[in-house]
Amino acid sequence: MFNQFDLKKPLGVLGVVLLAALPMLAFGEEAPAPATAAPTLNAGDTAWMLTSTVLVLFMTIPGLALFYAGMVRSKNVLSVMMQCFAITAMITVLWALYGYSLAFSTAGMAKGVVNFASFYGGLDKSFLKGLTVDSLQGTIPETVFMTFQMTFAIITPALIVGAFAERMKFSAMLLFMGLWFTVVYTAMTHMVWSGDGGFFWDMGVLDFAGGTVVHINAGIAGLVAALVLGPRKGYPKTSMMPHNLGYTLMGASMLWVGWFGFNAGSAAAANGSAGMAMAVTQIATAAAALGWMFSEWISHGKPSVLGIASGAVAGLVAITPASGFVGPMGALIIGAVAGFGCFIASTKIKRALGYDDSLDVFGVHAIGGIIGAILTGVFVAKGFGGAGLGEGVSMGAQVWKQIVGVAITVGFVAIASYAILKIVDMIVGLRVTEEQETEGLDIASHDERGYNL
Amino acid sequence: MKLVTAIIKPFKLDDVRDALAEVGVQGVTVTEVKGFGRQKGHTELYRGAEYVVDFLPKVKIEVAIDSKQLDRVIEAITKSARTDKIGDGKIFIFDLEQVVRIRTGETGKDAL
Repeated sequence: MFNQFDLKKPLGVLGVVLLAALPMLAFGEEAPAPATAAPTLNAGDTAWMLTSTVLVLFMTIPGLALFYAGMVRSKNVLSVMMQCFAITAMITVLWALYGYSLAFSTAGMAKGVVNFASFYGGLDKSFLKGLTVDSLQGTIPETVFMTFQMTFAIITPALIVGAFAERMKFSAMLLFMGLWFTVVYTAMTHMVWSGDGGFFWDMGVLDFAGGTVVHINAGIAGLVAALVLGPRKGYPKTSMMPHNLGYTLMGASMLWVGWFGFNAGSAAAANGSAGMAMAVTQIATAAAALGWMFSEWISHGKPSVLGIASGAVAGLVAITPASGFVGPMGALIIGAVAGFGCFIASTKIKRALGYDDSLDVFGVHAIGGIIGAILTGVFVAKGFGGAGLGEGVSMGAQVWKQIVGVAITVGFVAIASYAILKIVDMIVGLRVTEEQETEGLDIASHDERGYNL
Repeated sequence: MKLVTAIIKPFKLDDVRDALAEVGVQGVTVTEVKGFGRQKGHTELYRGAEYVVDFLPKVKIEVAIDSKQLDRVIEAITKSARTDKIGDGKIFIFDLEQVVRIRTGETGKDAL
């Protein structure tokens, strides 16, 4: 998505076009005006981006909803599905009202200039002002670009649901997500993807499809939410077994499929970069699924369905920032490291520290995102089959940029999320009562039951 | 008359049913139950979280028989339900005071 390497390609093409035009100038013929090089609508790109948008929406509903629903107890199955679905609807409306503008308005931005516009976009695109059937963003309609980006804005808050599952008030959840989307998500997107003048963009932090914007962002917010809300009643002594791992595996499979839209779609074109993103996504995911499965097999004696599904998601997360930059063998290593690393984070570290991140949003998304973001700086190198480092940038310098990018993301998201949670707690209170928690959120919050068997 | 109640492993039910039919048992009542004995429960592991499952699923079968059949019935159940592993179950034998066939009103051995 607007990564710096991709931008060079259109510039290169422009150069070739101008060079080709020179002889014509010399012969005094009618030279094509430079305006002809302005992007026009490309049907192939548009078709792929329409498809990608559908795939990414499919990741949240029903993919993520099922993935999470299977891991909670049967009395809370509807509550997590409802939260994913309601977030999808609410963020769509907020995105149309002002979110798209805060994320992608480029008013006041200039390369190398750090100002307020480096962090938040203006409000000039509020209510989708200026978005017509003819608006273009690169080679695709701006409507498609806007909707594609909307699906990213939907899945990121939905990911956080897993961290506070089974205990948060529905009203508090909605309020938190609305504020968090407004303050945190739009800023992260703007810093990374809005182009020249964007804070991370100018720093040269590589994030192809959302390692910082989506995964570290959601993972850290999830950890903070889990800490602020406190553990579920009875955690960790009471049995809190996943009630339907079949759902979880189906959901993980849908995430896997949908992720091709997420990563390959982030090329914003139907081109070689999209193709490579697709290939490395598949390879990294498989390597991570096996990495987690074997880690578990060795340490606990048996390979599990929840383990291999979690590993696949960890791999998808880790390859996300790297997908347009690394080659197949880089992807294999990133996946394997993520499978093992997220396994350790979600099983050993979580147990040792005692926080109740119910469905391991931190362990999978933050840790996977950080592993992917940092290793992107390594495997982008030509020597590892990647797209190549920027001109005059050493691998060490790139890795350092990635680490700085991760650190700023973690700090910003943690502080902002903490503040928003405290505000929401003051206004409506974060948790359901102990009685409601025992009864289950399906009945307590929605007056419904997932199963009437 | 005797009432024989046996707790067995669920997957052995078909074998036990066949063995009982062979020794002439006319009817069996089967219930799915849960419990524990020396086998205790087992543990399940989800992302490193270990949960102890205290009660294991078992099948309870009940047969009402003539006292003369008792030894053969016990042998049939024992042989067919045995796996030689912990958790094979137990057999409980009770004296049976009276039996009534509801349809005809027959009582005692005639009702078995």
